[in-house]
Amino acid sequence: MVLQTPPLQTVESMIPIAEQDLSRKDYASDIDTRWCPGCGDYSILAQMQRGLADLNVAPEKMVFVSGIGCSSRFPYYMNTYGMHSIHGRAPTIASGLKLAREDLMVFVITGDGDALSIGGNHLLHVLRRNVDVKIFLFNNRIYGLTKGQYSPTSELGKVTKSSPVGTTERPLNPLAVALASEATFVARSYDTDPQHLQATIHRAAKHHGAAFVEILQNCNIFNDRAFADYTDRDVRDERLLYLEHGEPMLFGESKNKGLAVSATGLRVVEADGPDAGLILTHDATRPSPDVHQLLARCSYPEMPVPMGVIRQVTAPTYGDYLDGQIEVQKFRNRADVAGLLRGRSTWQVE
Amino acid sequence: MTTTSTQADGSANSAAGIQERDRVTVRFAGDSGDGMQLAGNRFADATAVFGNDFSTLPDFPAEIRAPAGSLAGVSSFQISFSKHLIYTPGDEPDTLVAMNPAALSSHLSALAQGGLLVVNEDAFTSGNLKKANYPSNPLSDGSLDGYRIIKAPITTAAIAAVDDLGLTTQNAERTKNFFALGLVYWLYDRNLEPTLDWIEERFGRLPNIAEANRRALYAGHAYGETTELADAHVRVPPAVLKPGEYRTITGNQALVLGLITAAHLADLELFYGSYPITPASDVLVELAALREYGVRTFQAEDEISAIGTAIGAAYGGGLGVTGTSGPGIALKSEALNLAVMTELPLIVLDVQRSGPSTGMPTKTEQTDLLQVMFGRNGESPLCVLAAKSPGDCFYMVLEAVRLAHKFATPVVLLSDTYLANTAEPWPVPDLDQLDLIEVPYRRTELTDVEEFQPYARDPETLARMFIPPGQAGLQHRIGGLEKADITGDVAYTPENHQRMTDLRGEKIQRIANFIPELEVDGPESGELLVLSWGSTYGAVFTAVNEARDAGYELAHAHLQYLNPFPRNLGDVVSRYRKVLIPEANTGQLRMLVRAQFLVDAQGYNEVTGQPLSARLLTERIVQYANE
Repeated sequence: MVLQTPPLQTVESMIPIAEQDLSRKDYASDIDTRWCPGCGDYSILAQMQRGLADLNVAPEKMVFVSGIGCSSRFPYYMNTYGMHSIHGRAPTIASGLKLAREDLMVFVITGDGDALSIGGNHLLHVLRRNVDVKIFLFNNRIYGLTKGQYSPTSELGKVTKSSPVGTTERPLNPLAVALASEATFVARSYDTDPQHLQATIHRAAKHHGAAFVEILQNCNIFNDRAFADYTDRDVRDERLLYLEHGEPMLFGESKNKGLAVSATGLRVVEADGPDAGLILTHDATRPSPDVHQLLARCSYPEMPVPMGVIRQVTAPTYGDYLDGQIEVQKFRNRADVAGLLRGRSTWQVE
Repeated sequence: MTTTSTQADGSANSAAGIQERDRVTVRFAGDSGDGMQLAGNRFADATAVFGNDFSTLPDFPAEIRAPAGSLAGVSSFQISFSKHLIYTPGDEPDTLVAMNPAALSSHLSALAQGGLLVVNEDAFTSGNLKKANYPSNPLSDGSLDGYRIIKAPITTAAIAAVDDLGLTTQNAERTKNFFALGLVYWLYDRNLEPTLDWIEERFGRLPNIAEANRRALYAGHAYGETTELADAHVRVPPAVLKPGEYRTITGNQALVLGLITAAHLADLELFYGSYPITPASDVLVELAALREYGVRTFQAEDEISAIGTAIGAAYGGGLGVTGTSGPGIALKSEALNLAVMTELPLIVLDVQRSGPSTGMPTKTEQTDLLQVMFGRNGESPLCVLAAKSPGDCFYMVLEAVRLAHKFATPVVLLSDTYLANTAEPWPVPDLDQLDLIEVPYRRTELTDVEEFQPYARDPETLARMFIPPGQAGLQHRIGGLEKADITGDVAYTPENHQRMTDLRGEKIQRIANFIPELEVDGPESGELLVLSWGSTYGAVFTAVNEARDAGYELAHAHLQYLNPFPRNLGDVVSRYRKVLIPEANTGQLRMLVRAQFLVDAQGYNEVTGQPLSARLLTERIVQYANE
């Protein structure tokens, strides 16, 4: 049978709206937070609560599923339903939940170890299947809960407790992995820019399909200032590229620089220089992920670090296909349990 | 759907000179590509319509297409049929159909001296003989003198029968299984109609192929009739089965029907997360074809994801099910423990196969009992059930779903390769007579949401108050960390961990109050009890009765509930001087029974990849009874 493409009802996810107007505190549970003082997770939690309050999502219709790690404590602090599951497997539980309960809004909270090491396989597949779940990967480039071993995003040569003379392995780039997994929504934000983080949460929440958001998150105990070189307030304008769909890729304090295509990838050009006309306009909806991959691979110090929604394309979700098949088969064949029990043929014993 | 009626005397043309026998066992053996499974299944259908009781045993290599004619590529299908009720596919065949030298070489040792051998003499070429390691042709060197032998030119006769249909040589040759089938139908007085109907249904759109198969079938039948095979012409009268409507069913089919029916009886949406693995894959494949029943099948990226998605569906208030075999259980064990800690109604089907490691994927064994009991970190009790026959797989799925919801617990249902593939006649259940399955969270009426506590327990069952997401005011978090009693908050206190450990254990034990007591067949107390579980039921039942026929008085009890045990099991095993536990493992149930009841149970253990042999078990019972 040829796969029937279900009609796209909407590009935006159906968000279950609360009956009353809710504020941030309505999304906070009464459990005391237990992250280290100064942890980037506090800001992410606050922005999540604010962001959801802005959207006025019904708390009882939300489920946060997490794996294991510091970030995975997140669900305890949300006044929603939640499951703090097992290491790396949150995408699987979230997938089953969402497919069984289309009415729920399902979030996955994960970290660099949880999503890219022990749970790497599941991350690939939940993204390629485009299950309608929102995945927030808190990347601090270290194992915090186990007290300071290197992670799959730790830079080559990094000295940690389990690599006393430096790591011998190259890191994964979460955005590149997500794009390679055919993700329909890929974005990046960071813990110390509340407005940008809230806006990114909004966009992810509204995306119909699997949304992947990497949040650069500082671990002030085991990997302090991991992103400070480009996220500190005094350098971020120069070193970050805030992407907006339809806008030219400009950065710098006076938007004096931009990105253009070079023979080997992307290059920085002066906004008032001879190549200004070559500066790219960001197209997040571009079907081909080619430019998106080039953006994902921009890293400090050679290039500005991109923030924002890199890719957002519309595609039917796994649930759309599955529900479509069920509908078509129900139309074609009668569900008759008694008949099914009898099978293709029976015989009568007198 | 077709319904056929069987007359009391069967539909056979009872010709003169035909011998009557109570029971016959036939084994078809040939190359993987020879269509032996197909021939065997057609024979089973014809036998069902004729009215015999029967049991089948397919046995095939894990290789999809081993080199033609090789020993590794031999596939077989055994069927035993009888005028009495039977419980096994028979230990040894009375008749062996060997389509080539490799099939003969692999299966001859199973055929009793004086047994009937039907061979395809066309396949005994020097090349095939070499592949089967025969130094000389057994058809002419006298090595088969102890058997009655029918040498039929099966390949050439089949090709001749379809000569003018313009088929390719390959397609013409492919009809040889129907020729062989026709010959065996004549030998055992089977009616051709059910197979002719099947050919029409299956190949109707390819009229040439349908015609070729029909002609080969008729030609084989005529070959039997016209060649002087009269001494081999045997009739097994129909059995006296309980009146009613019957179908054939395999264990895997019964699992599928059980899941659909359980979802219907519980009014839940069925979600089946699975990763393909022999011998459980058929459950995924068959469920995937039933979308009109609202079935959500999910072919996961691995075994872990398969159970993870099923846990997610169960947490969402669906009927969350995963299915696998032993190696998959090993991979799922961490997630299974999450279901134990979160106390969710999860169903896990384990169609056991030979291990350890990859083992023998297409062969049977009962070796996962201790794995599902104990193969997880921490004190991790859950409910374990085991089906005893193909048809029983259906009813045990209903039990698994009932108990999982009543007790908010994962339930593992054990089947195995033998049950998965074996077919038997099965009385079609009356859907209206089956009990509805209660789903406790639906009747939870909370007048005050403040009162809701996710780990508050039902005083009778100790099931926690499971509420799926979606209800306003009841938001709460669960997970794999130890839970505080009643509130379900994270808790690390020593007293709480002890209490929760005890509660989780006690909850599973209380299931015993809601399952049937163990029934004993035979004397209430005395000398010898044979205690069995799972798919060995048929072989053990048969062996016990043979020992009784030989004059021994003994009791037999069969367990379908492995954790908890029926509450009278300790009492039952204490009433006999000797307890014998036959198992297709090295003594897993025996270890549990000895540990729990301090009884000096002895074992009869076979780990061959084949179903337990009723004959060898009978010998062991007699020997032990005499000790």
